[in-house]
Amino acid sequence: MSGHSTYEPKTGIERWLDTRLPIVRFTYDTVISFPTPKNLNYWWTFGGILALMLGIQLVTGIVLAMHYVPHVDHAFASVERIMRDVNYGWLIRYMHANGASMFFLAVYIHMIRNLYYGSYKAPREVLWILGCLIYLAMMATAFIGYVLPWGQMSFHGAVVITNLFGALPVIGTPITTWLWGGFAVDNPTLNRFFSLHYLLPFVIAGLVVLHIWALHVPGNNNPTGVNVKSESDTVPFHPYYTVKDGFGIGVFLLLYASFVFYNPNVLGHADNYIEANPLVTPAHIVPEWYFLPFYAILRAVPDKLGGVLLMFGAIATLFVLPWLDTSKVRSMRYRPTARLYFFIFVLAALVLGYCGGQLPDDPVIAQPSGLLLLDADINSFVWLSRVATLYFFAYFWIILPVLGLTEKPLPVPESISEPVLSHPATTPAGATASPEKRG
Amino acid sequence: MLRKGIALAALGLAFLGSPALAAHPKPVEREVAWSFDGPFGKFDTAQLQRGYKVYREVCSACHSMKYVSFRNLGEPGGPFYDPEYKNPNDNPYVKSLAKDIQVPDIDSDTGDAIQRPATPADRFPSPFPNEAAARASNGGALPPDLSVIAKAREGGPNYVYSVLTGYRNPPAGLTVAAGQHYNQSMNGDLTSAWTGDHHKVPPGGVIAMPPPLADGKVTFDDGKPSTVEEQAKDVSAFLYWAAEPKMVARKQFGLGAMIYLLIFTVLLYFSYRRIWRNVAH
Repeated sequence: MSGHSTYEPKTGIERWLDTRLPIVRFTYDTVISFPTPKNLNYWWTFGGILALMLGIQLVTGIVLAMHYVPHVDHAFASVERIMRDVNYGWLIRYMHANGASMFFLAVYIHMIRNLYYGSYKAPREVLWILGCLIYLAMMATAFIGYVLPWGQMSFHGAVVITNLFGALPVIGTPITTWLWGGFAVDNPTLNRFFSLHYLLPFVIAGLVVLHIWALHVPGNNNPTGVNVKSESDTVPFHPYYTVKDGFGIGVFLLLYASFVFYNPNVLGHADNYIEANPLVTPAHIVPEWYFLPFYAILRAVPDKLGGVLLMFGAIATLFVLPWLDTSKVRSMRYRPTARLYFFIFVLAALVLGYCGGQLPDDPVIAQPSGLLLLDADINSFVWLSRVATLYFFAYFWIILPVLGLTEKPLPVPESISEPVLSHPATTPAGATASPEKRG
Repeated sequence: MLRKGIALAALGLAFLGSPALAAHPKPVEREVAWSFDGPFGKFDTAQLQRGYKVYREVCSACHSMKYVSFRNLGEPGGPFYDPEYKNPNDNPYVKSLAKDIQVPDIDSDTGDAIQRPATPADRFPSPFPNEAAARASNGGALPPDLSVIAKAREGGPNYVYSVLTGYRNPPAGLTVAAGQHYNQSMNGDLTSAWTGDHHKVPPGGVIAMPPPLADGKVTFDDGKPSTVEEQAKDVSAFLYWAAEPKMVARKQFGLGAMIYLLIFTVLLYFSYRRIWRNVAH
């Protein structure tokens, strides 16, 4: 999309089209000849995996929408009809339901990779912010989608989450009424959620186009974090990265298939196979696993409005991250101190996820009765969540800004080709590297 | 690399950390070695047939199964599947099972509400016309629909089996209200009904359903001894089939998909090694 295009139209029709709508040139420059750093590791394959997951969710979702009935009296039964009577309905629905989890798994790995290798830093701030917007849209889509089967968790989850907006002063109540289309979660809510669940994935697709556009201006970051200096630092995207991403996708699909075919309900909640009943509240309302860290942050604060603000603050923090990290060195390979704090951050995020699935007052460390090792109040998941939440915010707002100014990074290599390569070529350097043209 | 390994191990430990000790004990869950366990597990047809008989003769008096049709019984993986009748609506055994059951309908000539023998295309009829009628006949409790019950409870078929066999005499010190029954496997919290040592709250909860099964209550056509254990096991398997009727097709499809993906991934790996062999990276 930027720089010199190496595309040469070979046939008459391509030449004709190229002077009118250079769509073939565009595709060629984007996915064939695009110069990509040659040292990208497997953490970089998740971009391709995410694109595939979006495609799978769109296709399965469109088919499901052909059979689903967005009405409180029929939604649950229509999902059962999909599972029982629609040809391969079980496959399409399980692919879609588990696909959402796989999509989030991939996006979390993609984001963690960004944090580690500093991919959000100049000149890729807009690329990062677009990614945050995609993540935000994904969260909205996933939450709304979970409401559609109209099970007990769908309904009561929708009540809890929409009520969060009610905590906002003055505008809170009008916003919830507007979201519900009435005065409670009911048929109008389900109808608009269905409409939005069909719309938002296309918004995500649009954002993905912008995300890829913004990627192709500065080009990929890489594990060393140093800029591409010359053409010898890069390889064309195809076939080098199409095949590497393809292998990553294959491994990922094996994991995905093992859920779809052998454990299709393990990531869901049993209560969602009970039809929604506003009069019966489940004992323990929990969101899907990918929201648990945020749920833990929400519950860590005793005040409802404070919890809501902190939870949204956790997402908002991501948007300003490029300006919080003061270090000039991108990759944490050369920031040993930062790397230590980074691993504690990942641990804190996982702890938050674990706490989000537990009852807040339950003790973290079981202790024999009669022997009090820790004060019962402190030894609870809500306190563990508070510690982890504190670290979550401290990492972004204190550690990253201060560390960039105080730490002493290791020497950074001059170029991508300079550091000792982990996989040297197996043929002499003089041999021309164009294996795709050989047998 | 070592440091990375230690960090990953720490993350793993964080995940495996022992679950919290709840304030009250967990209900007793008894595990059964089901024929449908594991990636190659299949339904045991004879067991499903016995389970259907238990549902039909015992459970269906109070519990609906509104998402299941008689024709489902004759579909592949189902209790009465016969490969001779690809269309389950033609399966004579299913037809005769359906014919014995009356379903509500409207007489198309007079418009009167009538009862007629069911056909394979009919859903299982519900025992009560509405929720109020169901509650009125069951001391205020609503017998849940059983179509997806084996997926709608944590523990699935093991939970159903455990509850059916989990009736015990209430331990001394436990107050059980009239019309309720103590069950060691029912989800619940008995702390408030317990007057004994508060560290020794009994497991389980109370359930409005009286013990539904009894030795010899159902006569199995295949001569299996009709014990409570056997009835509970068979009806739990039947209910799991009802909740997940496409399980056999899913696992078979899955085997093909996994083999295909595995070959595809291995080929991609060697293509990757070959294409990159001249590039230092």
